[in-house]
Amino acid sequence: MDFSWIANYWPLLLTGAWQTLALLVISVGLGFLMAIGLAFAQVSGGPFLRYAARGYSTFFRGTPLLIQLWLLYYGVGSLLPMIPGIRQSLFWPILREGFFFAAVSFTLNYAAYESEVLRGALLAVPKGELEAGRAFGMGRFTLVHRVWLPRALRIALPTIAGEVVMQLKATPLAFTVTVMDLYAVAYKVRQDTLLVYEPLIVVTVFYLVLTAIIARCFRIVEAQVPVRR
Amino acid sequence: MANAPGILELLSPYPPGWGGTLLWGAGATLAISAGAFAIGLIIGIGGALGKLSGNRLLLAFLELYTTAVRAVPELILIVGLYYAGTDGLNRLLQAAGLPPLEVNGFIAAIAVLGVVQGAYMTEVLRGAILAVPAGQIEAAKAFGMGPGLRFRRVTLPALLPNALPGLANLWLSVTKDSALVAVVGYQELALATRLAGASTKHYFLFFLAAALLYLAITLVSNLIFWLLERRVRRGQPKLA
Amino acid sequence: MKFIPLLLAGAAFTLSAFTAQADVRFGIMNESYPPFFAKDASGKWQGWEIDLMDAVCAEMKEKCSIVELSWDGLIPALTSKKFDVIWSSMSVTEERKKVIDFTDKYYNTPSRLIGLKDIKPGAGPEDVKGKTIGIQVSTIQSEYYKKYFAKVATEKTYQTLDEAFQDLASGRIDYVFGDSIVLDAFVKSDAGKDCCANMGDVADDVEVLGTGVGGGLRKEDTQLKEKLNAAIAAVRANGKYDEITKKYFDFDIYGKKVSGN
Repeated sequence: MDFSWIANYWPLLLTGAWQTLALLVISVGLGFLMAIGLAFAQVSGGPFLRYAARGYSTFFRGTPLLIQLWLLYYGVGSLLPMIPGIRQSLFWPILREGFFFAAVSFTLNYAAYESEVLRGALLAVPKGELEAGRAFGMGRFTLVHRVWLPRALRIALPTIAGEVVMQLKATPLAFTVTVMDLYAVAYKVRQDTLLVYEPLIVVTVFYLVLTAIIARCFRIVEAQVPVRR
Repeated sequence: MANAPGILELLSPYPPGWGGTLLWGAGATLAISAGAFAIGLIIGIGGALGKLSGNRLLLAFLELYTTAVRAVPELILIVGLYYAGTDGLNRLLQAAGLPPLEVNGFIAAIAVLGVVQGAYMTEVLRGAILAVPAGQIEAAKAFGMGPGLRFRRVTLPALLPNALPGLANLWLSVTKDSALVAVVGYQELALATRLAGASTKHYFLFFLAAALLYLAITLVSNLIFWLLERRVRRGQPKLA
Repeated sequence: MKFIPLLLAGAAFTLSAFTAQADVRFGIMNESYPPFFAKDASGKWQGWEIDLMDAVCAEMKEKCSIVELSWDGLIPALTSKKFDVIWSSMSVTEERKKVIDFTDKYYNTPSRLIGLKDIKPGAGPEDVKGKTIGIQVSTIQSEYYKKYFAKVATEKTYQTLDEAFQDLASGRIDYVFGDSIVLDAFVKSDAGKDCCANMGDVADDVEVLGTGVGGGLRKEDTQLKEKLNAAIAAVRANGKYDEITKKYFDFDIYGKKVSGN
């Protein structure tokens, strides 16, 4: 096994890891916020909101992430030349890079899966606690952010941890739209050195380490709020 | 773009429309997914029984297998197994003095996806087997049923209702993971779409069409599993 | 009871694995690369390189089949025996020769830059300064970029040239760097003629750009190499080569004799 290339490529590996992490944090963070909205739409929204949220969820969970990503990057990309002056606008540095499209696509996809988890968790909060909150005269918004959401989050935490790890595993797809993430670095090393397995092994180790860190973080958060067994 | 081919012409199933290529790709996707699902089931049953058998060595090996597959990104697994799989197989055969096997792309894709699915299936089936009431297994043993008969008559029918939701999820995930073999160049729906888009430059249209095809596969699968679950749960008290 | 389906599956597996021995299998990149090879809507492969392959096979009196793969997977798949010859416009370079062997070349064309219409023409390092160039991974152009352009311009890599064209048409990149004929075909096509223009061929460098395109072979397949070389020479001698070339181009793409070939 030849690992001598690491000496030359480790700055690139670090940049790749950084890109992967950035994609993960953005998609999980923003996706989570979106998911809260979508989950509440399905649980306590009117029929229109409910159907819209359900439709969104079905579309993004029923189609492969790869297709969603390509649809966004190449599909929207083919529409870009039709907008006059786009290359001179301030958005251009963002729109020309694949990172923006990968981040948006991953966020939308993550939001769909997360909304299912949150929906289940919202429904699992004991009704008694919600009734008690209402009996105290809490308004809708206060009830949500004081009782419903925190309780639901605690119930959902283990599943969310799993979802974040799955999202990390989905990030390599970004390399298909020119993002230089960790997998793209392995790809480049393979192209430069013609070694097939060694770059993959090194990059896999990175992913395993990141997974372990994520799992650890979630376990620490879970320990903050003990659950009565 | 008045004289450019219209949407219907591009999507038509007959050449020069690319609809036929897309449908063929969808068929390939279904075929790969079904094959991988079947292989995953076989590995999963073996893995679940192995984990429950109590054999320490087997348990350790299976733990390693399931943890590794679930921790490593699918893309890396697929690329790695695709090249390492045939390479390793051929080297083993060479060491045994046998001629090398040429495995065609279809079999390779199924095998790779199947190995990945097998790890997830092991966990689902293990959970389902554990959920079978111990009393039923004991009664079967008391009747003198051998392990094979016991598995066939008691365990299998009892674990199916518990396993079905998990299996349904795995089926949906394999149909979507099959898009990843596009990266190693096997022509299923995702790659067919890219070809069609590249040839006609109508990327948006074809990717949207592909998304709708995948969605159709998902919705039909959901329906089939819902019917299956109803059949398998017949006679059980309805959940409140 | 469960054994019967298992047996059948196993039988199908082994049978399908062993049937592919009889003919010569040609590995081709699974994306369109017109006019050398492209898949039409009915799934048939067409193009100059396909016609040449048919002619060469007729000369060798062998049955030939096509195996499709992604570009960057061609060499690993060849060495793990998924097929026998790479016939995908792969250039002969010293770097590749370390891993595989090649037949004699069957065409040689320069590498070219095409770019957005508002950039002034020119294909040297001073011209591309500060710009972004789209290149396909694992190509001779990628190596050339590393040697000449890496210090002055940024590179964006794509799995296929089509994706690079797509991004060029959207304006996300300034240049695409690839084989002159394929790039020319794009600039003349509907998608290319509004946005892009020919910027010129790059200065040649045999060490990096290679000596032409040849069929890729495993190093131990010396017999197959001789058969293919004989067939290529025969096709050139009996005029079939020119006949095929005339169908697609109005100039000879065989290229001058380069030293070291």
